[in-house]
Amino acid sequence: MIQTIAKTNMPVDEVLRIRKNRIQPCPTRSVSKWAGRPAAEHSEGALPMPSSPSCSKRISIVTGIHGDELEGQFVCYEVARRIEEHPECLKGTVDIYPALNPFGIDSVTRGIPAFDLDMNRIFPGNSDGDMNEHLASEIIHDLEGSDLCLDIHASNIYLTEIPQIRINELHEETLLPLAKLSNVDFIWVHGASTVLESTLAYSLNSRGVPALVVEMGVGMRITREYGVQLTDGIFRLMTELGIWDGPTIEVRTPIISRDPDEVTFLNAPVSGIFIKTLSFGNAPSLQSAASCGEHLQNASRYSPRSGTMVKAGDEIGQIVDPLRGILLSTVTAPVDGWLFTVREYPVVDEGSLLARILTQTLSDPA
Amino acid sequence: MKQSVLFEIKALYRDDFRVTGFTFGEGEESICIVGSMRGNENQQLYACSRLIRKLTELEAKGRILPGKQILVIPCVNPYSMNIKKRFWSIDNTDINRMFPGYDQGETTQRIAAGVFNAIQNYQYGVQFASFYMPGAFVPHVRMMKTGFEDVELAKQFGLPYIVLHDPRPFDTTTLNYNWQVWETHAFSVYTTNTQRVDRESARQANEAILNFMEKQGIIRYRGYSGYHSRVIESRDFIPVRAEDAGFFEALVQPGEEVDEGQLLARIYDPYLGTIRSTLHAPMHSTVAFVHDEAMTYQSTAVLKLIREEDY
Repeated sequence: MIQTIAKTNMPVDEVLRIRKNRIQPCPTRSVSKWAGRPAAEHSEGALPMPSSPSCSKRISIVTGIHGDELEGQFVCYEVARRIEEHPECLKGTVDIYPALNPFGIDSVTRGIPAFDLDMNRIFPGNSDGDMNEHLASEIIHDLEGSDLCLDIHASNIYLTEIPQIRINELHEETLLPLAKLSNVDFIWVHGASTVLESTLAYSLNSRGVPALVVEMGVGMRITREYGVQLTDGIFRLMTELGIWDGPTIEVRTPIISRDPDEVTFLNAPVSGIFIKTLSFGNAPSLQSAASCGEHLQNASRYSPRSGTMVKAGDEIGQIVDPLRGILLSTVTAPVDGWLFTVREYPVVDEGSLLARILTQTLSDPA
Repeated sequence: MKQSVLFEIKALYRDDFRVTGFTFGEGEESICIVGSMRGNENQQLYACSRLIRKLTELEAKGRILPGKQILVIPCVNPYSMNIKKRFWSIDNTDINRMFPGYDQGETTQRIAAGVFNAIQNYQYGVQFASFYMPGAFVPHVRMMKTGFEDVELAKQFGLPYIVLHDPRPFDTTTLNYNWQVWETHAFSVYTTNTQRVDRESARQANEAILNFMEKQGIIRYRGYSGYHSRVIESRDFIPVRAEDAGFFEALVQPGEEVDEGQLLARIYDPYLGTIRSTLHAPMHSTVAFVHDEAMTYQSTAVLKLIREEDY
């Protein structure tokens, strides 16, 4: 059922609506009566309305806070599609919020258009505040009561990230067991930061709604295999919560990093055009690069995963000056490790982030 | 006056990025004034340019006291000013959300670190700041409540208002906040406008800063006597919100005293030209802020008032 969770009038003949699709089990679905019909029809009364769910648990899939991050669009579609394929397996409530910042998505704008404001810095909002603060408050209000929320991001337009979950150390105890079931490759437990207290995930976690922040892929694009991977994880989580009793896959065992010193950042030493020479998938993977030393001795324990193993000195890219036709800098891995972030957007200023490498020895991740 | 480059980044196709500082006097690092940090802060840059002109005159007359050094940085972000983009040219990050900066980090972190390294030891720090909403503010000094703020010192600017502000999470990465944490007495001076130059409010702000310098024994100056500042908390501003979206017509100006029930603004239907709603003063008050764009969204705080009975 499509529901409007927040709305406000625009100046000129338009209403801004933030909507969600609430999917719940229905007795009629046990005979797959709705198979193949679009979900939107369900709210129009053509078929019996859903009865109360047999399981009271609720998962919320949220994306589109940043209008230039589209990876979550496929995930929203795929989750709804799979449920529609086997409605008899649904035992709880699935709420899908594909566009928290609909104007941003429509206008290829990361923040809230007209305000140049990062929507993920205004939570929990204020019901008596400005338009954006009010909308943020309504979003929080609607998400409250969820047993789990996934907030899906797509890095930004500059960097590709392997599927990962980022957890504030303040909420590690609650979130880590859930994150491990999410079928991501990497879980990054980071230190508490005051500036992050105005994010959606922080606001939800501090209200007792477990919220996982997923980062994967790259802005303005959809990476189908990452979307499928995360969707598999979402169904595994739904099974754990008692929301889904259909078949699920065995999820990947993620690498977990808690120590900030384990992550090496590579920043551009000069301004120029970055030509990537190494990306995810064109260097030895974890399973095959047996020459990478200790890191890979344990590699066979892991499922196939994204990212790329690198050795110190491996070339990651070049920074060039097209005007003069000269090479300005060769960017190499400073350490052995696992490349899990790499630059996509070619124009770089001195300091622009080019890559992140995890240098952790891949011991037993559990 | 000495002109120097405080921080520089080599660019590919543009001229190199430079943060330029202007130093007056010699000796202890007494006061630093920072102008525009975002690409739309024309007023903040203009005010700094007038201040540099005034300080040049004062220095020529020997009115900067011995052992005192003044640094003015009129613009921390010339790249964004030149392309009329509010935030950093490539990645749209805000330099004033990057302090104290990180010299091995991303570009705007490096800029923040380079600037902060040059200014962190000044005894007093003044930033010409701008409000994130488009509109005109009554001139005031704003301070974050970090535990290091000094209200009595702020009164020496002689501006009509001192606004105290509880820092929100994202405020902790601003220049003002970090200056205070690093034990600089830090003040944000708000003039009336941001994008448009308002010569009178720039003059008033500069008089306030020169007045402050004189009281701290940095310069010899006789000018503006100033106001007896009124101290208010930012949460005590009374927002008057647009009940509807549409064309916005303000009928009052910042600083204007209004009576209870007085008509303050009208909002018009953009198709029919009819009045959608009118906004009235809920009490006897002074107008602190007026939205100055042609249209408003619904629920926007288009006016902020200061209750007069609080006196």
